[in-house]
Amino acid sequence: MRKTTTLITAAILGGSMAMSSAQAEEMRIALVVKALGIGFFEAAAKGAEEAAAELGDVEIIYTGPTDTTAEGQIEVINSLIAQKVDAIAISANDQDALVPALKKAMDRGITVISWDSGVAPEGRMMHLNPSSNSLIGNMIVKMAADHLPDGGDVAVLSASATATNQNIWIDEMNKVIGDYPGINVVATVYGDDLSDKSYREAQGLMSSHPDLKAIISPTSVGIVAAAQAVTDEGKAGEILVTGLGLPSEMAAHVDSGASKSFAIWNPIDLGYAATMISYNLAKGEATASADGEIGMGRLGAVTLDDSMDGAMSDPFVYDSSNINDFKDIF
Amino acid sequence: MSGLTSNNASVMPDRLRGQLFRIIASWEFLLLGVAILIFLFNVQASPYFLDPWNLSDATYNFTEKAMIAFAMALVIISGEIDLSVASIIALVSTCMGFAVQLGFDTPMLIGVAIIVGAACGAFNGFLVAIMGLPSIVVTIGTLSLFRGIAYIVLGDQAYSGYPKSFAYFGQGYVWWVITVEMVLFTVVALLFFLLLHLTSFGRSVKAIGNNPTAALFAGIRVPRVKFILFVLTGIMSAIAAICLTSRLGSTRPSIAVGWELEIVTMVVLGGVNILGGSGTIFGVFIAALVMGMVTFGLGLLNVPGIVMSIFIGLLLITVIALPIIIQRTRQRVAS
Repeated sequence: MRKTTTLITAAILGGSMAMSSAQAEEMRIALVVKALGIGFFEAAAKGAEEAAAELGDVEIIYTGPTDTTAEGQIEVINSLIAQKVDAIAISANDQDALVPALKKAMDRGITVISWDSGVAPEGRMMHLNPSSNSLIGNMIVKMAADHLPDGGDVAVLSASATATNQNIWIDEMNKVIGDYPGINVVATVYGDDLSDKSYREAQGLMSSHPDLKAIISPTSVGIVAAAQAVTDEGKAGEILVTGLGLPSEMAAHVDSGASKSFAIWNPIDLGYAATMISYNLAKGEATASADGEIGMGRLGAVTLDDSMDGAMSDPFVYDSSNINDFKDIF
Repeated sequence: MSGLTSNNASVMPDRLRGQLFRIIASWEFLLLGVAILIFLFNVQASPYFLDPWNLSDATYNFTEKAMIAFAMALVIISGEIDLSVASIIALVSTCMGFAVQLGFDTPMLIGVAIIVGAACGAFNGFLVAIMGLPSIVVTIGTLSLFRGIAYIVLGDQAYSGYPKSFAYFGQGYVWWVITVEMVLFTVVALLFFLLLHLTSFGRSVKAIGNNPTAALFAGIRVPRVKFILFVLTGIMSAIAAICLTSRLGSTRPSIAVGWELEIVTMVVLGGVNILGGSGTIFGVFIAALVMGMVTFGLGLLNVPGIVMSIFIGLLLITVIALPIIIQRTRQRVAS
């Protein structure tokens, strides 16, 4: 009996030695993610550390629950409030359920922002979107135009006809299409975010539009299916595939030449920007107000709208020069 | 395993104040020791631990789960188990959210919650106690069923817009740092203590867990007792759902996902025999504090959640193994 008690004591004390508390620095910024062990967020943490190194007087607490639950994040938030951190930058698992806990954090003088996945406006000072609809709409056509100096026919392979995000992006794209002379959008088809249907729709585009120069797919399922269809047709390099995709899924198609470039957010930049914004707000060097600007270090400044949302930057373009650095991340 | 059961049969708890009684008594003493150690360790490890407001916030880590754990303890002592508790929370919370859309006020919401919780418990109870199906199978089924209904109703949507007065349960304070949930937790603990240890109903529960056939022959209405236990667990899940929903201010079908395992962990850590027959409310009470302090303490040190799970897992295996090892050692010494 006594022996076992001693053992447990030893185990607890031993465990405690291993986790000696980190040294207090001037400002502690907590980067709270949906769950630990996700490549996208690990990359964001890398960006946060980069910002901390640049700022010098910042300690990053990278934390989150083990599974993507709101309850888990609330426990994390409570322990951060208890530690009296200076700022919390969170990618939320639930936009409503975290509000009471984050309100409490703000009541106790902690700067709270959300990034990537937002919290309802009353639960944070500002929200950082990785990009904006108009920037995305512009980028997807720009990537096609950059590789088509003489212009040509392009087609859009979207998700479902009712997909809100995709429809907004395509609308935004059509608004700026005049800036890219010679680019004609000849068709918009819907693959419903299903691999096989997207693949057949891409095949259909190629057979019905023999002069097709590019397929733009603003969905990660569609872009992979289109690249595969183009490759299988033996037209890799002839018909360009671009749009929004994940580096891990697109790496092979960039290697084969089916896709020269595609875009998506850069998680490293996102973590970096979230840290910079938290720092500036907590230091009082900026305030979150409508139409206000907050500095983001090397990324410039973010401008907030009426609901305190801001867009970080253009979607980040991935091509053969950087795909290998990102394909293992997400 | 068989060694343990045969030993249980030869030395009935609470009937003969023999060896096993003493082990259980010292067992809780040990757990209390662990709790004190963890407390002292936390005080030492983090300057933020010993702050009344921080400790008050930290109680939310376990109060809701513990309220269900007390009812679960009785179910497990009776030789059954209820794995559907977290799903009952989801269904109750969804029904409350639906009631809000219909314009119900706080007292009505409470009513809806208790009725739905009791109904879920009665459904489990009917299948287990009346139909005689194994509780582990039934409640794994209802685990999917109850949460499934919540998903059908809500999909990827959320209910919010709960009345202001409803926030009192999960966010309110009775006095200074004493939260409403702490008071509820203490009252529930006391009630279950009285029920298990000072009533004939409590003795029937233990008797059933030790030997249902003998209990039946002793005149105990076994199905009735079991049915009541499941309804009770349903009601406690409803109360936890009220607190949690009030704390979150919203409902999503994924609410409280995975809690059933944490609750069972709490019960087993509290010294309740997973095979039924013995256990105390005091033990579960201390176990709730231990788990709350471990998660909060490690959280303060920013230890990743997965390390916390490992720690809780080791703690659990240790406490399950300990009584068995002690018993074997004593047997060896005796022979």
